[in-house]
Amino acid sequence: MKVIERVRALLGPDAVLEDGGATDGVPRIAPASPDAVALLLGAVRDEGWRVRVEGAGTWMPADAPADLALTTRRLDRLPSIQPQDLAATAEAGIGCDQLRQQLADHGTWLPLDAPGLAGRTLGSVVATATAGPLRHGFGPVRDHVVGVTFVTGDGRMVQSGGRVMKNVAGYDLTKLQAGGFGAFGVIVLVHLRLRALPRVDQTHVLAGSREDLSRVAEDIAGAGLTLAALELLSPALARRDRWVLAVRLAGSAALVAAEEAALRGVTGGLFATLRAEEAHAFWMRASEAFATRPVSFRVGGLPASTDDLLDLVQHQVGDEWLAASPGVGVLRWAGDAGADRLRRLRRALAVQEAPLTIERAPWMLRRAVGHFGAYREGVGPLVAGLRQTFDPGHTIAAPVEGDDAAD
Amino acid sequence: MIDAAVATELARIVTPRYVRTAEAERATYAMDALTVHRRTPGVVVLPGSREELIAVVRLLARHELSFVPRGAGTGLSGGALASEDAVLVVLTRLNRILEVDRRNRRAVVEPGVVNQRLSAAAAPYGLLYAPDPSSQSACTIGGNVAENAGGPHCLKYGVTANHVLALEVVLADGRVVELGSPGGEPWGPDLAGLFVGSEGNFGLATRITVRLLPVPRAVRTLLADFTSVSSAGTAVSAVIASGIVPAALEMMDHSCIQAVEDSVYAAGYPRDAAAVLLVELDGRAEEAVETETATVVEILRDHGARSVRTAAEPRERERLWLGRKKAFGALGRLSRDLVVQDAVVPRSALPAVLEAIGAIGRRYDLTVSNVFHAGDGNLHPNISFDARIPGLQARVEAASGEMMEACIAAGGTVTGEHGIGLDKLRYMPRLFDADSLAAMRSVRRVFDPSERVNPGKVIPVHACREWHRGTGRVA
Repeated sequence: MKVIERVRALLGPDAVLEDGGATDGVPRIAPASPDAVALLLGAVRDEGWRVRVEGAGTWMPADAPADLALTTRRLDRLPSIQPQDLAATAEAGIGCDQLRQQLADHGTWLPLDAPGLAGRTLGSVVATATAGPLRHGFGPVRDHVVGVTFVTGDGRMVQSGGRVMKNVAGYDLTKLQAGGFGAFGVIVLVHLRLRALPRVDQTHVLAGSREDLSRVAEDIAGAGLTLAALELLSPALARRDRWVLAVRLAGSAALVAAEEAALRGVTGGLFATLRAEEAHAFWMRASEAFATRPVSFRVGGLPASTDDLLDLVQHQVGDEWLAASPGVGVLRWAGDAGADRLRRLRRALAVQEAPLTIERAPWMLRRAVGHFGAYREGVGPLVAGLRQTFDPGHTIAAPVEGDDAAD
Repeated sequence: MIDAAVATELARIVTPRYVRTAEAERATYAMDALTVHRRTPGVVVLPGSREELIAVVRLLARHELSFVPRGAGTGLSGGALASEDAVLVVLTRLNRILEVDRRNRRAVVEPGVVNQRLSAAAAPYGLLYAPDPSSQSACTIGGNVAENAGGPHCLKYGVTANHVLALEVVLADGRVVELGSPGGEPWGPDLAGLFVGSEGNFGLATRITVRLLPVPRAVRTLLADFTSVSSAGTAVSAVIASGIVPAALEMMDHSCIQAVEDSVYAAGYPRDAAAVLLVELDGRAEEAVETETATVVEILRDHGARSVRTAAEPRERERLWLGRKKAFGALGRLSRDLVVQDAVVPRSALPAVLEAIGAIGRRYDLTVSNVFHAGDGNLHPNISFDARIPGLQARVEAASGEMMEACIAAGGTVTGEHGIGLDKLRYMPRLFDADSLAAMRSVRRVFDPSERVNPGKVIPVHACREWHRGTGRVA
């Protein structure tokens, strides 16, 4: 039986979004429930098919060779939101823009400003662990996720964590899913920790040379200010003629007023305050820019080494589309670079103990260098064992190691 | 029983002084802080360095012996108990703080470092280690990692998992791997995150890199008293929903207040209160903390607080906190045995769940005291009893089971920070289906294929569906 016929028989005709004739020959299937995802992946394994997982199609290129594409775009509901508990459960295919709006309607906020277009799905953000500038104040993606439900490569549904704020019952498989790039299954439900919508949200910017701004950033970080974000952006990203250091303050009116005064004190009033609509446009443009270049990666090092890491990245692959969070030591780069250049950079960064994770790239490049590349000594067999556990048939196209794993 | 030859080989690694084989010595390690479980280890070994620890693990691997890692033994789930056929590996001698990096706000420690010692070492740099379990004056960072420990100030600053950046781990077979990276960005999948809270089942952390935070400059500590537990619970929800995130938001009920006030830890809590809330707000800026404190005071009053007292000076603040942190010890006054429970519910469910717990205690005619992290919804119902009275322990167990069921029914879980260990095994099938449990067990076998590290904890093997690795299908 052809793939498309089997899927229609299994999930009904509505699940077939595209039969593949009009695109790359790969049928696109959109299960409407977590159970349907499990049914589909069970069948995929039985038939020995290979599947690529997609969200809204706005982040990772839909180019992995596969017998079918599983898109989560019909898993776009918010089954539960408890504003009084600052908790919500969302399906993985919900767009971040939709989610943000629905949460705001209830006075709540998910402080995750992942790079990409507005409609990028929550599942994509969690699976790739792509936190944005708000990571400075609110932590990486994993800090916002208290539990997930996922479907393994052979169609089993697994729960991890829960819906409450603290939970140490069982092993924390949620950590494996956050940033697992789909290698350990398909996330279908995400249980979120929320914050109250900040009463005041301000952005202050300062333009200058990268060196000068790095010094200012160091002063700000050293002063221990309570910031939502402290982000250094290249001129292209900031759409200015010079580098920009942006500070975001979010919280109660009293907190923001106190931190704004302290910022002024530390920097001598150099920063300009953006109006609310300017601030929104500023962050959105920077975020979207990462989805418009062929390749995007992040590097995580020590905060004090941010400048050195910036130099290294600039030297090896250029700095046109480059941002850094100096307070947490994380850089994000976008542009075009080949496998050899990325491998060289990865090796140079490894000397500084700073991992480079490919967040977005064409299939051939992902396949060649992997999202993670070679692991540290002894870790490869553990990851291989975990993949074997959750996707025994290697059904899901997830090139986490790439060809470099053999290094 | 462990072969005497193994003890001899262990003694060659750590010297005979640090191998315990006599029954009286081994009996010292038969319990953790939850005294209802008892198991005497076959041998106890106390390595004094990373190298000795690795050599011990490799020796045990050669002999295919099970072993259990243990820190200070302050755990509350029976998680660090070893039976006669297993070796107990005590890590308290690995107690060096290897590095405090002021600029990058991080520290590297050995697993036996006592939690409070780390904050003391970081204090000269204006830094602290945020997770602060009530046992922080005794518990170790290695144990905190194994259990993903919390504490009162985790409401604002997060639990242990949020503060661990990297780990060096010795696996059951003696291989040493590094997980995470110095800056915290995972090197591949987040195996450091996966390791935290695995209760020793994935191996032993030999070096732990943690994040430090700046010591807040402004702190306000409030004590609010209520004439009903239910109104205190409602006040908690109101504070959380206001958007202000207190550093800590703790509750103690009448029974607990009496025990504390009768003890050497008397903190001046109002004896006639049905419940008190201890609320702490902190931050960098005095004026912001002051304004947020005023808002919280208003919320507490609006939700039935009879009085709200602000600690006037640091000594008073310390006294208020001492009463809270030593409450478990003070409860020892009520009876010779104590079962400390640990469950988490949605914060809005607190009033109803507290009511249900009270009713269960009355039905079983038991003394139940509540002292807990209300801001997280993390309950600790404590049952005081005398295990020498025939039948009483069975009643305590039955009541504990009903309390856990009430928490699960409210959408909660059976442990927020103490771990599953031995004590909570029976509830795991209530939380997770057979496939999810089997998946967890399969993950454990990736790290420890023969399931020799801390056997019989966390996953109730009988409840797992068979998970055939490699073929993938369930039986």
